[in-house]
Amino acid sequence: MSELSSILEVRDVAKRFESVVALKAANLSIKPGEIHALMGANGAGKSTLVKILTGVYAHDGGTITVRGQTKAFRSPAEARAGGIVSVYQDPALVPDLTIGQNLRLAKVAPAAVSTWLKQLGIDGIDLGAFVRDMPFPILRLIDLARALSSDPAILLLDEITAALPADLSERVFAVTKLWRERGHSVIFISHRMAEVSALCDRTTVLRDGMTVGVTETARGSEEKIVSLMLGRDVAKAQTAAQRHESVGSQTTSDAPAALEVRDLHCGLVLNGVSFTLRAGEVLGVAALEGQGQEELFDCIAGVRHHDSGAILVEGRELKLSHPGDAIREGLVLVPANRLQALLPQRSIRENVGLPAFRRKDRWGPIAMGAERGRVESAVKRLQIDTRAESELRRLSGGNQQKVVIARWVANGFKTLLCFDPTRGIDIGTKHQIYGLMRELAAAGSSVLLFTSELPEIPLACDRAIVLFGGKIVHELAASEADEGTLLRAAHGLVAQEGAH
Amino acid sequence: MDAPTAVAFTPKTRRFVMRYPALVGMPALLIAFMAVTVIIHPDYGSFDFQSLAMGAMPLAFAAAAQTVVVVAGGIDLSIGSVMAVMNVLAASTMEEATFGQSLLLSLAILVAGALVGAINGFIVVFSRVPDVVVTLTTGFVWGGVALLILEKPGGGAPDDFLALGQGTLFTDWLPTALILVIIAVAVIWIPVKRTRLGLLLYAIGSDRIAAFRSGVNVERTRFVSYVVGGLFSAVGGLGLTMTTGIGSPLAGVYYTLSGVAAVVIGGVSLAGGRGGIVGPVIAAYVLTLIPTDLIFLNIDPNFGQVIQGTLIVFVVMIGGLVAVLRARK
Amino acid sequence: MSTAAPRTRLIPGGGFGSLLRSQTVVVLIALLILFVVGIEIGRPGTVNSVWVSNMILFAAPLGIIAAGQTLVMLTGGIDLSVSAIATASAYIMATHSEGGAVWAVLAGLAVGAVVGFVNGIGIALLRVQPLVMTLGTGLMTQGILIVYSQKMLSHGPRVPEFIIALGSSKILGGIPVDLLLWAPLAAVMILGLRYTGFGRLLYAVGDNRGACELAGVRVSQVLLTNYVLCGLFAAAAGLVVVGGTGTADMTLADVYLLPSVAAVIIGGTSIFGGRGNYSGSIVGALILTVLNSLLTLLDAPEPIRQILYGAIILILATAYTRLTD
Repeated sequence: MSELSSILEVRDVAKRFESVVALKAANLSIKPGEIHALMGANGAGKSTLVKILTGVYAHDGGTITVRGQTKAFRSPAEARAGGIVSVYQDPALVPDLTIGQNLRLAKVAPAAVSTWLKQLGIDGIDLGAFVRDMPFPILRLIDLARALSSDPAILLLDEITAALPADLSERVFAVTKLWRERGHSVIFISHRMAEVSALCDRTTVLRDGMTVGVTETARGSEEKIVSLMLGRDVAKAQTAAQRHESVGSQTTSDAPAALEVRDLHCGLVLNGVSFTLRAGEVLGVAALEGQGQEELFDCIAGVRHHDSGAILVEGRELKLSHPGDAIREGLVLVPANRLQALLPQRSIRENVGLPAFRRKDRWGPIAMGAERGRVESAVKRLQIDTRAESELRRLSGGNQQKVVIARWVANGFKTLLCFDPTRGIDIGTKHQIYGLMRELAAAGSSVLLFTSELPEIPLACDRAIVLFGGKIVHELAASEADEGTLLRAAHGLVAQEGAH
Repeated sequence: MDAPTAVAFTPKTRRFVMRYPALVGMPALLIAFMAVTVIIHPDYGSFDFQSLAMGAMPLAFAAAAQTVVVVAGGIDLSIGSVMAVMNVLAASTMEEATFGQSLLLSLAILVAGALVGAINGFIVVFSRVPDVVVTLTTGFVWGGVALLILEKPGGGAPDDFLALGQGTLFTDWLPTALILVIIAVAVIWIPVKRTRLGLLLYAIGSDRIAAFRSGVNVERTRFVSYVVGGLFSAVGGLGLTMTTGIGSPLAGVYYTLSGVAAVVIGGVSLAGGRGGIVGPVIAAYVLTLIPTDLIFLNIDPNFGQVIQGTLIVFVVMIGGLVAVLRARK
Repeated sequence: MSTAAPRTRLIPGGGFGSLLRSQTVVVLIALLILFVVGIEIGRPGTVNSVWVSNMILFAAPLGIIAAGQTLVMLTGGIDLSVSAIATASAYIMATHSEGGAVWAVLAGLAVGAVVGFVNGIGIALLRVQPLVMTLGTGLMTQGILIVYSQKMLSHGPRVPEFIIALGSSKILGGIPVDLLLWAPLAAVMILGLRYTGFGRLLYAVGDNRGACELAGVRVSQVLLTNYVLCGLFAAAAGLVVVGGTGTADMTLADVYLLPSVAAVIIGGTSIFGGRGNYSGSIVGALILTVLNSLLTLLDAPEPIRQILYGAIILILATAYTRLTD
């Protein structure tokens, strides 16, 4: 490829944060009219590169060339003027302004945005409505439409499908393709291999802050991308998967119930959910976005109050008015957004040790030696990278997620409520986390696992339930839970024929 | 602006009330307070009303100054000291001046107020020290500057100048102090609110990161919020000169705290991004009525401060209670 | 005030910034020594054991108020009612001195506990922003005190002997008596923040309140306790202050509000919470006290001193924030 044929050329870009090297030598070449995937494990440097490209950070070394001109954007506004616009993971819309005011803020014409929203399947949006009153997926699409209206030469989509229901994701893909047809370029960041291989023309893979390969994306290139992303870790990931193979098939139907949920109602979203989770079992929950799974987990974890129904542990009905009540009963939550559960400025040790001080009688002196022992063994068990242990925010996303789980491993629990623990996490860490779940189950604990990535359910679970419209519409053994079956059930399609 | 009657509650008015509760609630609160005042003091006359308008004028400007900064997500604990600086600056330069000169000096003082606001804003933005700490400290510094200009209460201004704030227009029931507040707030705030600047102020107050990503220059907008605040403080300092006739270097403390009180009572969220300027300005009149009523009731007017503090505490606690209850539902 | 400004630029690695961040207290002590050396050069012969002992004597009340301020700032809060509490505590103590010194002191401390409790109710349970809540309770406390003082005109405040001894005398050839209160409090603060569950929770709550709730911590209990503690520290400091001046008046401790916040900030505690410690605040309190003495030596008029004092606080806070951010 000659230099001139590329619209964006990133050469050996480097970035350090104090002593931590986030990017060593990132290289990226984007051609006009292509959808280019940017992939890499957590901590590989994707987000740092995105933030440099959109002017949030300044880079320390290397060059960025846009249409042959060397650039160093100092703010998102400058990047926009230079033809690069990003749609971030969280919408860049100001909550206390109306949608119309937000459009004026970003200096885009409401008419253009409406046109794009129509393309995305949203008609007649009320420009006078406050952003704070709008549902999250709609905000994301507005954000995307706004980005498209400013007509960028390069559109940067950072995990855009992460919290979108499947039908909306499809529309986003259609619009992305349309964008390509117009001769513009898209940088597409996603952890979902299926999306990438269906949508993207080429893929650049980052590992440890370096570009390790660029590949044409076609059917069958997944393996190559995965091995590029993982590097030496491939072997480790496979052993974790194999370990699961050997224990996963055991049936646990005769084990005692660890958690019973009876006819749980919560607002309009949970409409009578009942199930039993047995000791030593990993129970998967599959659902499309917004089918009540968040409320289900929150109710069991004491984060939210249920309206009626019962949650029972060892046959006793629980009264949960605070997460502390659930934790006392051994029900612990790993929430969807790991940042909700972490102390970014504190050390791994303080993060892992936190629940120990939840009771007033533990406000006194800490048994430092015992605490260190507990924390260290949990850290070792989860293989947490402790190079940046003094501040949690310096850890990669995957390691942060492991710290959330290590907290409960160190403090003890009976039932782990894991809500999408692998969202935005690389394959190696995923396998580690699922391997750990199998180990915990084998040791007699139980796990309730919601994952937005359906193929993972048969990998990690013994049994699965499918939620649709706030009800359980299907229940099946892991061996039957292939992606197609789950997906059909999740759309409410097989409720009758499947359950026998 | 009349409070809409309960009969004509079309969806449109309901939306208006939901969005701008202070625009309806605050006039209602003021009317209620006025009614109580007239009941306990049936002789309430135009003279009392005029002294209310004069007494509340500086506080109304302090509240307006604080509102601009708070809406943009900041806080300014130096407003009272800045008003004191402008007050002593006016009283010390105008003492021997003619009416015409005093008007020119007023203009100069407005520029000085914007400049002082700019210094505050620059330090807040440049230092990256939290605004509470910066303005607490600059408030201390401006307090020193006020003392430097005028060691003890004194100075003065031409009678015609004082009459601007102490007179009435057309009828005894229309004090010039009230007209001045309406004009000054309108002249400064409407151009801000109606232009892109207003949008920017509310945007950075509501969500700085989202605003930044939408291409807003957050630091420059924060800076400007303090400049506009400084301008209002300067008007407040001039108002103080008009109504008291002298310069007083220690007048400051009261207006910082009461200004925050007016902002809170006037329905502006201290988290930024929500609320308007009308609510706090009306709240300034309510806060000024309280000690007056206490005097009418023969109660120690020092209770006024207790009530003001209690009012802040109650308003924010009830606001908190409502939010907590709503979250629990 | 919870949203930090988006950071468009980041300070490149290493250098003075990370030294300051990791060794805050060492750098601050160096600065303190620099100030002391400055005084000695400006006025040779000033710095001697009596001067040092005086500095500690004057710094103690500030250090004690700053202890409470450190606790609340670690949780991401601020307490603007500390000066009103200190004044009220001193005044109430002084007007109750006829009923016995112990009762008088307890009455003074009770003021701190009560106002702190009200702060805690608002901030912890009703989630009011600490800034407004404590501004309001400060105003309220001050107002109530004024009304109270006018009722008390008949028997004016009288400060007991041992409070005067606490606030102004020295023993054993130069050890200020108030150090005997400050030093143990400081030890409890420093060790408590590091080695107790409550200390851990303060950092945790300041860093991420929601995460604490999810970990089962009842945050409102922590915050409520914390604001009561802060009130008690402020009340205790009020007693030391009134011991130093000998008379209680309505503006006794007003001058301590700004320094109590400044000492904590200069000492490296983040106002957004989750980071900092008390040893920094101690050195911050000493630096501000020495600075005050330096300005006194300059013989400048009061307004100039006030301006310089504020300006230097701003410069120190700016330098600290920009270097470590």
